[in-house]
Amino acid sequence: METIVFALLNGVIYGLLLFMLSSGLTLIFSMMGVLNFAHASFYMLGAYFAFTIMDASSFWIALFIAPVLVGLVGALVEKYGLRQVHANGHVAELLFTFGLAYLIEEIVKIFYGKTAVDYKIPDLLNFPAFTIYGASFPAYRIFMLFIAIGMLIGLWFLLKKTRAGLIIQAALTHPHMVGHLGHNVPLIFMTVFGIGCAMAGLAGVIAGNIFVTDPAMAIQMGPIVFVVVVVGGIGSLEGAFLASLLIGLLQNFAVGINASFAEIFWFTGLSPTSEIGDITISSLAPVMPFLLLVLMLIFRPRGLMGEQEL
Amino acid sequence: MSDATQSYDNLAPSTAAKFRQRTLPILIFVAVILAIPMTDPSRTVLTLIHQMAINIVFALAYNMLLGKGGMLSFGHAVYFGLGGYFCLHVMNWIEEGSGIWAGYPTFFLPVLGFVAGGICAAVIGSFSCRRSGTTFAMISLGVAELVFSGAFMFDSLFGGEQGINGDRMNGPEVFGLSMGPMSDIYWFMAFWTVLAIVGMYAFTRTPLGRLSEATRDNPQRVEFIGYNPTRVRWLVFTASGAFAGLAGGMSAVNYEIFTPEALSLIPSGFVLIMAYVGGITYFAGPIMGAIVLTYMSSMLSDFTEAWLLYLGLMFVAIVMYAPRGIAGIVFGFWDGVRGADSGAFVKKWLAQLAGCVLMLLGLIVLIEVSVRWSNGWGEVFEPYGMHFPTNSVLTWIAILVPLAAGAAILRYVSREKEEMPA
Repeated sequence: METIVFALLNGVIYGLLLFMLSSGLTLIFSMMGVLNFAHASFYMLGAYFAFTIMDASSFWIALFIAPVLVGLVGALVEKYGLRQVHANGHVAELLFTFGLAYLIEEIVKIFYGKTAVDYKIPDLLNFPAFTIYGASFPAYRIFMLFIAIGMLIGLWFLLKKTRAGLIIQAALTHPHMVGHLGHNVPLIFMTVFGIGCAMAGLAGVIAGNIFVTDPAMAIQMGPIVFVVVVVGGIGSLEGAFLASLLIGLLQNFAVGINASFAEIFWFTGLSPTSEIGDITISSLAPVMPFLLLVLMLIFRPRGLMGEQEL
Repeated sequence: MSDATQSYDNLAPSTAAKFRQRTLPILIFVAVILAIPMTDPSRTVLTLIHQMAINIVFALAYNMLLGKGGMLSFGHAVYFGLGGYFCLHVMNWIEEGSGIWAGYPTFFLPVLGFVAGGICAAVIGSFSCRRSGTTFAMISLGVAELVFSGAFMFDSLFGGEQGINGDRMNGPEVFGLSMGPMSDIYWFMAFWTVLAIVGMYAFTRTPLGRLSEATRDNPQRVEFIGYNPTRVRWLVFTASGAFAGLAGGMSAVNYEIFTPEALSLIPSGFVLIMAYVGGITYFAGPIMGAIVLTYMSSMLSDFTEAWLLYLGLMFVAIVMYAPRGIAGIVFGFWDGVRGADSGAFVKKWLAQLAGCVLMLLGLIVLIEVSVRWSNGWGEVFEPYGMHFPTNSVLTWIAILVPLAAGAAILRYVSREKEEMPA
């Protein structure tokens, strides 16, 4: 029973974390047609910036400053990098962000070294929140949950309830018309790119200290975020939300199940010592998102909520 | 309307032009390959050349997708790796002498890599080729991760962390090559590289090769004239995977080992960089890219530990300022020199070159000094007897002055271009 409760909680938290990354990616993608390969690198930057700021002051200042800094870096990248290659088409833009991911990783290595930095959970939140079935649940994870939900509500409010959100939504589908109405579309694009990167940065700030903050964290997170975007349906925020939760839950439940293939498919007479029979569900957890991607492409190519077929 | 406008004979290249553009480069390439052993190359040089040969074939195979088919893949090393793995297994079967494999010469292993890579690409491509561009790129990334992490589950196939080893010196000999010494492997590499280059060039001349370019440019029109773009993409993807598998087979024979790392995103990214830096719009581009980057990766990594940063900078610079790659620069220079007003062209070109070199100098000092600062061992960057400590003003002058001067020159040259009347 406690496995289910914990998997549920952790799955939701991990899923929301994925959504913080994939929502920015989806927004940027549906607005500019740019798949930001370096999106996970901004997530990494968030964690490293927070580490530095926390060293100098406190975690709470880092929580606000680091995402803003990451957003600024993102806006600069859009203005001086992406906009330059825009004329050469979407593939060139994708390649630019791919190169950028390389660069960010190498620069981070120069500034912070090749090994993980000691980015810690703040003392104020370093206690067990509650204990169920004899196992305790850390308060920091609850804090993450609140931050993620807060961001979710903030994003929803911004997009659906404010005038700025209205313009952004209009610019998503009809950038020229919005331009004719007198709005500065490049500025909107830059802002959206910046906000998307800032959200990724915020995810990095709150996740960097429970996972590991090292130069490889971007390349570990990146492919999973892409899977979320494809599974959810390209360009659909709702789809990205569902897919994030689905993948978060799937991975966390899989980790908790120790049954092997031999036990599950006992009726086929699969030997538990054979290579296939020996595979446990928990060892499948890291592969799960990619498996889901392939199955999705075969059986429902437009994703969960996508409007068009891939 | 006269007959002359309807006759297409005048549009076709002359026999002389065909010879100059198609046959001659291959002949020169073969001549270079034949000349290399006469210089009595050392082991290091041979190792480098073999790596170049593998990368040339791999990058060309990759460019069948990206350059000709418009499909950006982030996971092409999967087919390279699977082809190579299959060859290593066969190598071990040859050693055991099991069944029909006992009489199979190791020299022809790349054929099996070709088949294995092609089959894997055909299976995976059956669901990943629906769209090109960004969507295809994301899918290729996901599939690559799936194969890479899946590889660690099947140790008998992929050998886990240690990978699979083999011994190439078994089985019957062909062409009198025992496949043992490096010089024998040289001829093996030469044979397969030339064959693969000719094969891939021939592919671009087939109706399918032409259709793949049409599908890249306008899939809708291809559909209008009665072809199925998805099917065209799938066929091109299969062919590209097959040639990548062939490169994998060459690599299997050369190194006699394959680890799951060969399937990961790192070699996939490297082949993308090789092809793009070389120039994806030219057939010869990936060849140049493979030669330059293989050389850089083996030589530069001895000089500086930040060579990946240089690689990334070079890639981003190419994407932003020279999207036609090294081949574009070389051929552009050649055309400019031969074209009208070559004096002005060369002048502008030299100014740009000077600007780039100045900026590069500043960047090198900046990167090298910061790498040494980052290591924290108190080591000082001292090129050619100069001295650049972290805390000196002189270091910053050496960084900022060339950077600013180079940027100013480049800006001035590009301004001049804009002001020129069209």
